[in-house]
Amino acid sequence: MAVAQPAATAQFVLVAASFAALTYAFVTSDFSLRLVTLNSHTLKPMLYKVSGVWGNHEGSLLLWVLILAGFGASAAWFGQGLPPTLRARVLAVQASVSVAFYVFILFTSNPFLRLETPPMNGQDLNPLLQDPGLAFHPPFLYLGYVGLSMAFSFAVAALIEGRVDAAWGRWVRPWTLAAWVFLPIGIALGSWWAYFELGWGGFWVWDPGENASFMPWLLAAALLHSAIVVEKREALKSWTILLAILAFGFSLIGTFIVRSGVLTSVHAFANDPDRGVLILLILAIFLGGALTLYAFRAGSLEARGVFGMVSRESVLVVNNVLLAVSCFVVFIGTIWPLVSELVFDRTVSVGPPFFDAVFKPFMGALAAVLPLGAVMPWKRGKLQKAMQPLWGVLALSMAVGALVWSLQTGKSILAPLGFILAVWVIGGAVAELITRTGRGSWDNRLQRLTRLPGADWGKALAHAGLGVTTLGISALIAWKVEDIRVAQIDQGYDVSGYEVTLRDVSQVEGPNYLSTMATIDIAQDGQHIATLQPEKRIYPVAGMPTTEAAIDNGVFRDLYLVIGDQQENGGWAVRTYIKPFANWIWAGCMIMALGGFASLMDRRHRVAAGARKTAPQGVPAE
Amino acid sequence: MRTLVFLIAVTFATAAWALDPSEMLPDAGQEQRARALDHELRCVQCQSETIASSNADWARDARRAVREQIASGKTDQEVKAFFVARYGEIVLMTPSTGGVNLILWIAGPLMLLVALGTGAAYIRRRDPATAADAPLTDRDEARLREILDE
Repeated sequence: MAVAQPAATAQFVLVAASFAALTYAFVTSDFSLRLVTLNSHTLKPMLYKVSGVWGNHEGSLLLWVLILAGFGASAAWFGQGLPPTLRARVLAVQASVSVAFYVFILFTSNPFLRLETPPMNGQDLNPLLQDPGLAFHPPFLYLGYVGLSMAFSFAVAALIEGRVDAAWGRWVRPWTLAAWVFLPIGIALGSWWAYFELGWGGFWVWDPGENASFMPWLLAAALLHSAIVVEKREALKSWTILLAILAFGFSLIGTFIVRSGVLTSVHAFANDPDRGVLILLILAIFLGGALTLYAFRAGSLEARGVFGMVSRESVLVVNNVLLAVSCFVVFIGTIWPLVSELVFDRTVSVGPPFFDAVFKPFMGALAAVLPLGAVMPWKRGKLQKAMQPLWGVLALSMAVGALVWSLQTGKSILAPLGFILAVWVIGGAVAELITRTGRGSWDNRLQRLTRLPGADWGKALAHAGLGVTTLGISALIAWKVEDIRVAQIDQGYDVSGYEVTLRDVSQVEGPNYLSTMATIDIAQDGQHIATLQPEKRIYPVAGMPTTEAAIDNGVFRDLYLVIGDQQENGGWAVRTYIKPFANWIWAGCMIMALGGFASLMDRRHRVAAGARKTAPQGVPAE
Repeated sequence: MRTLVFLIAVTFATAAWALDPSEMLPDAGQEQRARALDHELRCVQCQSETIASSNADWARDARRAVREQIASGKTDQEVKAFFVARYGEIVLMTPSTGGVNLILWIAGPLMLLVALGTGAAYIRRRDPATAADAPLTDRDEARLREILDE
C-alpha cells in the first residue's frame, strides 16, 4: 500500500520525461520522427512548434496520459490526510487507467516512430490550427476531461471500500471542481477560435467534437452539486457515485470515440480497426467494470439524511435531473447517426436545429429554478421565505424582459426570454451574496462580504457566469446581422447604422503564409470608429487557405469583417456581421471558471479535508 | 519565384469561401429564404457542416441549386424534397420525425419523465413527513409479524 505514493510520483516523472522528449523533438524540428515530419515545419513560429506536439492523435494521447499521471501524483502529494487504504485504492484505480492508455499508445499510437530517411522539411501543421486560441484549447480541455478521472478513481475506490460518507463527498469535490474549472476554459477557447477563425462567426455548431467536450461538463456540473448533498447531508450517495463513473465515462467516450472517427463516419473506424477495437475494449473494461461493481455495491450505500419536499436537497435533485437528462439528450443526438446507420441502415444527420430544439428548454428550466434553489435552506424550507430576497430580482428581470421586447424590431421571443433568465440568474446571485452579509450598517455588511468564504463567492460567481453566457447566446442568436455584398474601393455603404468603406486590398507576406489583406474603415454617425484588416491567407506548405476575420470588439457588439474573392467587375466580396453581446458568451465561461477557482481556494478544502468525523473502523488486511 | 507563389496562392484561394455575392439572388425575399435553407441542408462532402458555412465545391453547387429552385418558384419543402430525392435523408440537418427517428425525438422527453418520477419518488422517500405516514406493504407487514412473533 505504501508503494502507491512513490509509484504515482515516479510514473508522473517518467511520463513527463517522455513528453519533454517529444516537445524537444518538435522544438528542434527533428524530422527523423515521423510525427514531427507530418505535423511540423522549420518555418513555423515557436508557439505552434510546441502546440504541434498535441495537435495530432499520438501527441495528444501523450498529453492525455501526462495529465492523468499528473493528477495521480497530485492525489499522492495532496492526499496526505486521506485514510491510507482509500488513498492507495484511489491511486491504484488511477494507475490502472494509465496502464490501459500506455498499452493503447505503445501498440497503436506510438509518437516516437522513426523514419529511415528523414526528409529535409516537415509537412506543416494544419493552418486552421495555427492560432493561439486553439494552441491552448486541448491542454485545458484535457485537464478537464482527465481531471474527472480522479472523481472516477474516488468513486471506484469508495465502492471497493463499500463506504461513502460526508468525508468522501468532501474529498472528491475539489478534484471534480478542478476538472470543472478547466472544462469551460477549454470549451470557451475552442468556441472562441471557431468564432473568429471559421470566417462566419459561428461559436457553436453542435458537432460531435464539441458535444464530446460538452457532455462531461454537464455531468461534472451535476456531480459538483450532488457531491455537496453527500458532503452536507449524506444523501444521494449512490447517485453521486454513478455520476462520477459516468462523467469520466463520457470523457473517455468524448476523447476516443471522436478521435477514432467513428462518429463522423463508420468507415473511418474500419480504416484503423486496431485503434477502434482497443478503444472499445478500454471503454468496456473501465465503464463496464465500474458499473458492475456499482450494481453490486450501490444497494449498501444507505442514505442517512432526511429532508422535506421543499428544501435545498430537493432543488439539487431537480438540478441533477435537468443536467443529467440534458446530457442524455445531447448524447442521443450525437450517436443517433451512428445507431441509425448501423442498426436501421438509414443514414441521417442530426444538426443544430435538433439540438437547439431539445436542449434549450433544459437550460431555460435550469436557469428558472437556479436562484430560488441557491437560497433555499437545507432540510426544510418555506417557498415564501426563500423568495423574500428574490422578489425584487424577479420584478427587475421581468421589467428588463419587457423593455427588450418593446425595443427590438424582429419580435423574436428568444431575446426577451434570454434577458429575463439572465437578469434573474445574475440578480439572484447578487441578492444571495447580499443576504449572506446579514443585517446591520452597510459598512459592516461590506466588511462581511469581503470575508465570506471562497465557496460562497465561487457559487455566486459561477451562477452569475451562467447568466452572462445565457445573455450573450440569446442576444447573439436573436439580433445578429449579416451583410454580404460586392464592395468597390472607396465606396461606402450602410450596414444597420455602420458606414463600411473598403479602402485597399494588398498582398502581404507572413512568416509561413501569404496573405490578401483588405483595409476597411468603419464609421458611425460620420465618426470614424475603427480600421479593420481582414485577411485571407494561404499556407503554401499545407496548400490550404484560411480566412482571418478582423473584429472590432465591443462590450455590446462585435463588428466582424471578412474579405472574400475579387469579383469580375473589380470589386471585392465583403461580408459584414454585427454580433451583439458576442463577448459575453466567453466572458460568462471565464466567470464560471473563476467561480470554480474561488470555491477551490476555500480554506475548508485545505484545512478540514483530512479531518474525518469518525475514526476509520479497522483496517482490512492487505 | 515570389510571383509564382502568389499565383499559386490566388488559384487556391478562388476555390474557397462560403456564399459569394455572385451566387446571391437579386430578390431580397427569395435570398432570405435561400439562406434559411442553406442552414437546413448539410454539405455531404464535409463533416457535420451546413452548406451555409462550408467552403467546399459541393456546398457551392448546392447553394446555387437552392437558388435556382427558389427562383423557379419552388416552395421550401419542395427544395428540401429535391435534395432528399438525390442525396438521401442525410442532407437534412433536422432529422425527420418519421419511422425510427421518432425514437430520437421522444427519447429526451421520455427520459425527463422517468428522471423526474425517480427524483420525486426519492424526495418523497426522504421526506420525514410522508415517510413516517406511509403504510406498510403486505410483505413488510408479514415480516414485521414474523419478527414480533419470535
